[in-house]
Amino acid sequence: MAAPAVPPVLRAEDVTVRFTGRDATVNAVNGVSFALDPGEVLCILGESGSGKSVTLRALMRLLPARRTELSGRIELAGQDVMAMSHRALADLRGTEVGMIFQEPMVAFDPVYTVGRQITETIIRHEGTSREEARRRAIDLLDRVRIPSPERRLRAYPHELSGGMRQRAMIALALCCNPSLLLADEPTTALDATVQIQILLLLRELQRELGMAVIFVTHDVGVAVEIADRIAVMYGGKFMETGPVREIMRNPRHPYTQGLLSSTVHGSLRGKTLEAIPGSPPDMTRLPPGCAFAPRCRFAEPGCETPPAATQLTPQHMVRCIRAA
Amino acid sequence: MTTAPALDSKQQAAVDAAQVAVQSRGYWTTVGGRIRDDKVTMVCGLVVLLIVFSAVFADLIALADPYKASMLKRLAEIGAPGYPLGADEMGRDMMTRLLYGGRLSLFMGISPIVIAFVIGGTLGLVAGFLGGRVNMAIMRVMDVFYAFPSVLLAVAISGALGAGIGNAIVSLTLVFIPPITRVTESVTTQVRSLDYVEAARASGARSLTIIRVHILSNVLGPVFIYATSLISVSIILASGLSFLGLGTEPPEPEWGLMLNTLRQSIYVNPWVAALPGVMIFFTSLSFNLLSDGLRSAMDVRL
Repeated sequence: MAAPAVPPVLRAEDVTVRFTGRDATVNAVNGVSFALDPGEVLCILGESGSGKSVTLRALMRLLPARRTELSGRIELAGQDVMAMSHRALADLRGTEVGMIFQEPMVAFDPVYTVGRQITETIIRHEGTSREEARRRAIDLLDRVRIPSPERRLRAYPHELSGGMRQRAMIALALCCNPSLLLADEPTTALDATVQIQILLLLRELQRELGMAVIFVTHDVGVAVEIADRIAVMYGGKFMETGPVREIMRNPRHPYTQGLLSSTVHGSLRGKTLEAIPGSPPDMTRLPPGCAFAPRCRFAEPGCETPPAATQLTPQHMVRCIRAA
Repeated sequence: MTTAPALDSKQQAAVDAAQVAVQSRGYWTTVGGRIRDDKVTMVCGLVVLLIVFSAVFADLIALADPYKASMLKRLAEIGAPGYPLGADEMGRDMMTRLLYGGRLSLFMGISPIVIAFVIGGTLGLVAGFLGGRVNMAIMRVMDVFYAFPSVLLAVAISGALGAGIGNAIVSLTLVFIPPITRVTESVTTQVRSLDYVEAARASGARSLTIIRVHILSNVLGPVFIYATSLISVSIILASGLSFLGLGTEPPEPEWGLMLNTLRQSIYVNPWVAALPGVMIFFTSLSFNLLSDGLRSAMDVRL
């Protein structure tokens, strides 16, 4: 294990995000706290609408300011993100933190070549010459295993395939050597064979560059493949966090257990998959207690009050009264 | 099926080179190729070029003085000696006056669109990007202008300001700002919510950079096409104002005004009287079809 003296790349404390609309307030994230060590890969696992992507965007304060209430503490590379000016935020994004998106189709501006978009970002942040930036861009494309990078630099986004575009997206996110990479379901829009290639590439680059990664996904298989640590999210809260092995072998939260038993991994042919009954909660009207209680097999009257976080081991946290 | 013979190294190199050529073919090359394949657009483009060229170089092409009248040649037939397109009600050479008239008609038709494109485009960008109250304020003001039919609005403003080329241009500009603003605003709102704008923000671009680089470049194309499609309307409106006596003053050659002064002669020499109208018709039609052709050629997604 790393020496305890190394400060975490990211520390989030009680991050809460609310979207205020005309008709309702959406409680998207309700008090998320975690710390991320340098070089660590955290996977946030959860259903659609559980607040995964919102958490990720909140870390960079990318959410539209007008309709969002953001509270809590976010500390990135020793700096207080919540107190930052717009200018300081813009400087932070792309240098300390890089981000890759779900849809590589629409994450590139269609009217500029891929090379232009990468070189502009490098010039913007580091003030290098165009020639130097171009050289770095070629190097980056080479690094994400794009064949004949000089040629691809001159390509427009629509001239690349989906997998190629996602690789280029990764190159763009890595262009200024960030210490933290945020990945918002980067493999969801790709087909299965390309998915695994991208995952392996990310894992390799992460080791090579020693950066921390937060990876958002709803796919347990993907999470197992890439993560050091898993955080299971439901109703805008981390329900269970712990090292991958621990979570896989010994899931303690009923929701985690439900998620794991509803995947095809290792199950027998012909056996019906177990599904979690019901549907994800309405984020405008969350139950007062445990958000999962209405769908939980083990729900009891005690679930009416919000369950406290229980530390089973220093790394393994569960938010369920049954674990306490 | 025949089996493809193996390529030798030279052939392979040629194939590779061809692929490179295909892949690095720029945007404008593609657009140019599409326009060349479109006969209607090509013809209209040529007609527009011809009209613009003849208007700009009118003093080199024209055979006579556009203001020189002759009592004897009043309403001369088309093809009369020395008067290839006849003469108007004051005996001035029609061809010369049509050539010179193109200058004013085109100027009065195009300049309001250019000004409105700049002003309306800026307003629309600001409204679309900032949203909220700013958007509300700008768009509601535009709605007020929208409430009047464009011809009526142009006539009313022109009438209030008085006759003259400058005033006609001001009134036409005011007529064309609202539609251009509205189109720019809706395109901007669409582009603003696209992922690559968020991606740009996530990679550290500031608001101004995002507007300048990502939004402007994606909004400019559609708005530009829309503005060119308004040129035909603007030419007709400008001629209409002159026809009503609200644009150019009498001795100046201008198609709308010429149509008006020749109106009384329609029973005497209908062919000559119709000529300015024919010019307006062809110019406006060509501009319209040309902008249509450009629209389909410049669409990246097709």
